[in-house]
Amino acid sequence: MAAVISFSQVSKRYPGGGEALCGIDFSIEAGELVFITGHSGAGKSTLLKLIAAIERASSGTVLVGGQNVGALGSRGIPFLRRKLGLVFQDQKLLYDRSVFENVMLPLRIAGQATRDAARRARAALDKVGLLERERARPMALSGGEQQRLCIARAVVNRPAILIADEPTSNLDGDSARRVLDLFRSFHQVGVTVLIATHDPAAAADMAPRLLSLARGRLT
Amino acid sequence: MSAWLRHHGHSAVQSLRRLASAPLASLLSVLVIGVTLALPLGGYTVFSNLQGLLPVWAYRADISVFLATGTERAKAEQVARGLRAQEGVKEVHFVPRESALAGLKKSSGLADVIAALPENPLPDAFVVVLQRNDGALAERVALHARSLQYVSYAQVDSAWIHRLNALLGVGRTAVYLLSLVLGLALVAVTFNTIRLQVLTQRDEIEVSRLVGATDAYIRRPFLYFGGVQGALGGLAALGIVAGGLAALNRDVSTLAALYGVVFRLELPDWPYCAVPVLAAAALGWLGAAASVSKHLQDMTLR
Repeated sequence: MAAVISFSQVSKRYPGGGEALCGIDFSIEAGELVFITGHSGAGKSTLLKLIAAIERASSGTVLVGGQNVGALGSRGIPFLRRKLGLVFQDQKLLYDRSVFENVMLPLRIAGQATRDAARRARAALDKVGLLERERARPMALSGGEQQRLCIARAVVNRPAILIADEPTSNLDGDSARRVLDLFRSFHQVGVTVLIATHDPAAAADMAPRLLSLARGRLT
Repeated sequence: MSAWLRHHGHSAVQSLRRLASAPLASLLSVLVIGVTLALPLGGYTVFSNLQGLLPVWAYRADISVFLATGTERAKAEQVARGLRAQEGVKEVHFVPRESALAGLKKSSGLADVIAALPENPLPDAFVVVLQRNDGALAERVALHARSLQYVSYAQVDSAWIHRLNALLGVGRTAVYLLSLVLGLALVAVTFNTIRLQVLTQRDEIEVSRLVGATDAYIRRPFLYFGGVQGALGGLAALGIVAGGLAALNRDVSTLAALYGVVFRLELPDWPYCAVPVLAAAALGWLGAAASVSKHLQDMTLR
């Protein structure tokens, strides 16, 4: 199977800071479920940011879907991100918009016709169990619901790769399990899922491939 | 193509929503732009109207030729022949001293004073109309008229119009310079408005970028906002100028009637009225483009 994500001798050094990643080599094939584990500061978030072109590698090559992310210009990056579903630790929701509007955002950006977009947004909300809350503001949702809203927004464009940074870190046990079940369900339909977490136990019953990071190196 | 059109439609709607979401602030911004643009637009309108009036005056009574007091009418006819013989003279009208006095009584408001005069102090005169509005020709004909026997004085009536024309030229240039300066002010006002909007919508911009928005997509609603705000400011300027003209017109008409002219200050025809609105929209768009481009450049994803 072809690698959908590939890191080759990738290092990342922040200006004025230490080396966040050092000589990282790995590849992920289509349809894999991968957990990146490691303590806080191990470089998990940096690694995910390199995939989404939020950060640029200091050296080495990052390939996503066969595209060299480092070589992408500012015009190419948005189109790379549209192929990815991103779930952030701090969710990055628009709190002055409704749940429905938050999920509509990527569809509007992709230029979907309003009727189709609305249908897909509602399908995504239904999938994460938030259809009945579509008119609510994110602030009115619980932490788990906000994270599920973030997942709905990430998957609404039907991305081939779903990337999540600490998606369960602020959730209680039940909410975390529900969120992880969602990721499992997307993996089961063929989506490549890459999750960064500091808690490998969370993934125990999902039998994923584990990539362990410590001080910027794969162990 | 349809996605591109949808983006534009969405951006236009979004910009209108932003305007409507803060009606008072939007109204004040539009008024600031309107007042700023009303100044050069009003100046241009007044100068254009006066410019339009010049040909009317310029072709009426190009030269007044006054005969010496007591000149007999037969001699006056001799002067008329001498004037008509000049090249460039279109018409020569005789103005008898009696009708000149009657006209003065009627138009000056000094009827009682004039009635008290022991005799008519005005001389017979000719009004010489030239074939074309040419200052040099007028001077030449006036010089010739002064050389004729029985002529006391010849005056080029249109000389003041040429001076006024030159003054209007200076005024027009001043209006163009003012337009340039105030156009820059409009760009600056829009730049600042958009800067504040970008800052207040920083989170939305960041999230949009993270889910695949291009900078063009992010810029578009701000550009529409700048353009729409500018266009509304242009319309406000037209409204302010139209209101000002309506307020002035009563007095202006009265003044014009004293010169025997029917005159009202009017806005230019609608295609010309569209120019300030479109120019304001373009300047607003430009200010927004400069602002949003600069601030997007400064904004990095976290």
